[in-house]
Amino acid sequence: MFIVDYIKTVYNSVTSLLKGMRMTGYYFFNHKEIITQQYPDVKQELPERFRGEVVMLHDEKNEHRCTGCTACELACPNATIKIVTKQELQPDGKKKKALDTFVYHLELCTMCNLCIVACPTDAIKMAQTFEHSVFDRNQLTKKLNAPGSKLMEGVE
Amino acid sequence: MISLEHISQSIHETLSASLNATLVLLIEMAIAGVLVISLFAVLGLVLVFMERKVSAYMQIRLGPNRVGYKGFAQTAADTLKLLIKEGLTPDGADKFLFNLAPLLVIIVAMLIMAPIAFTKGFQLWDINIGVLYVSAVSSVGVIGILMAGWASNNKYSLLGAMRSGAQIVSYELSAGLSVLTIVILVGSLSINDIIASQQNGWWIFKGHIPVLISFVIFVIAVTAETNRAPFDLAEAESELTAGFHTEYSGMRFALFFLAEYVNIFIVCAIGATLFFGGWMPFHIGSWEAFNHVMDFIPGIVWFFAKVFALIFLIMWFRWTFPRLRIDQLLNLEWKYLLPIAMFNLLLTTVMAITGFYIK
Repeated sequence: MFIVDYIKTVYNSVTSLLKGMRMTGYYFFNHKEIITQQYPDVKQELPERFRGEVVMLHDEKNEHRCTGCTACELACPNATIKIVTKQELQPDGKKKKALDTFVYHLELCTMCNLCIVACPTDAIKMAQTFEHSVFDRNQLTKKLNAPGSKLMEGVE
Repeated sequence: MISLEHISQSIHETLSASLNATLVLLIEMAIAGVLVISLFAVLGLVLVFMERKVSAYMQIRLGPNRVGYKGFAQTAADTLKLLIKEGLTPDGADKFLFNLAPLLVIIVAMLIMAPIAFTKGFQLWDINIGVLYVSAVSSVGVIGILMAGWASNNKYSLLGAMRSGAQIVSYELSAGLSVLTIVILVGSLSINDIIASQQNGWWIFKGHIPVLISFVIFVIAVTAETNRAPFDLAEAESELTAGFHTEYSGMRFALFFLAEYVNIFIVCAIGATLFFGGWMPFHIGSWEAFNHVMDFIPGIVWFFAKVFALIFLIMWFRWTFPRLRIDQLLNLEWKYLLPIAMFNLLLTTVMAITGFYIK
């Protein structure tokens, strides 16, 4: 019947609206679980696999594992990495190619992780840092190997 | 006990003692103007902050919490930002009407403030047709919106303004009819008479079912009249960028924004006056002791508590309900609210004649 349908429509719509209001009202009066992250004050624990930037690992003796093989440079799809090598004199008198500077252009990097996969000696890895903004673009070009660092013993 | 009535009367007496009547009137008008404007400014700041906090809490967020203590200075900072912004007038716009529209909207909002009774004897203009005056003047606001939309020379603005026109013209009917139920029960259009009639209980309790229905209709209709979600088709961010105030910037935009919030305050004040007794404390029939305890809370506190409770209700609507389409909006008015309001008016009339309400 028409009147019954009319009243039913009104009743159903009002109850569904009240259901919604109950939900939001519950949230309003039970203000405990908050989804806002108060970023600069409370920093979120980032997941292990988060890719922020490429860093080179150094141990406490200021030694890294990079042999200067340029596998990462070749793997990089957009020329983010530039490896400068030098000839280093070995104790036995032979010369050997070694890493001079690991130049990393953060401004070009897409965090694709291909360099880390390509590295045969696990010298580089992705860090969890993400606050990269600087006023000068040149500051984004980084040298990854620490000054005075040298190749770790036994890494070929 | 010190009250606003005494303060206003003593000011009047001090002024009358030394000055002639015309000058007294002028000075009093100036004082009233300053008070209304400062009330507007405070309301704008408080209501915008309240809206942002309420919405945040309903969406499990925190809301503004940086500027000042717990974010209380946020809206003041926003207003300062809007003040120093450039007020742009588009080349194609009708310059005169474009600049007039926000002023018109805010002046209409100020005019409706006149007959509202804040507490006993504290009222700008006690006219015997207060309710009629409010419902008549509140419709003028739509002219400002139409003017803004049309003068902007922007299709979105025009669409928003036209929608707003259709919406306000439609919803005025059911708002008027729901107000009439109280007028029938009281037998007077004066705001003071309506408040005085609620001496022994608010109409929402005394008038039971018909008044409850008319209160629901009133709340829906005024939500639509103030162009607020779920009826914010005049703005409709997702469809019309910002509707009628798309082209406005700086302080002119702020005036529209302020007018929106002041209008909410005013319609809630009218709702509180009609259904919840305005400044009248919570009285139950002839319980003398209970009524006397309630009288200790001043009227202004009761008034603002009721108004803010209603404002909270309207904000609750906004942050819960999805927006209607324009056809659904007009369907709701013409197919549901208006027939129900008319039937309810008939019911109330029968009730008033037979005296079937709590006296």
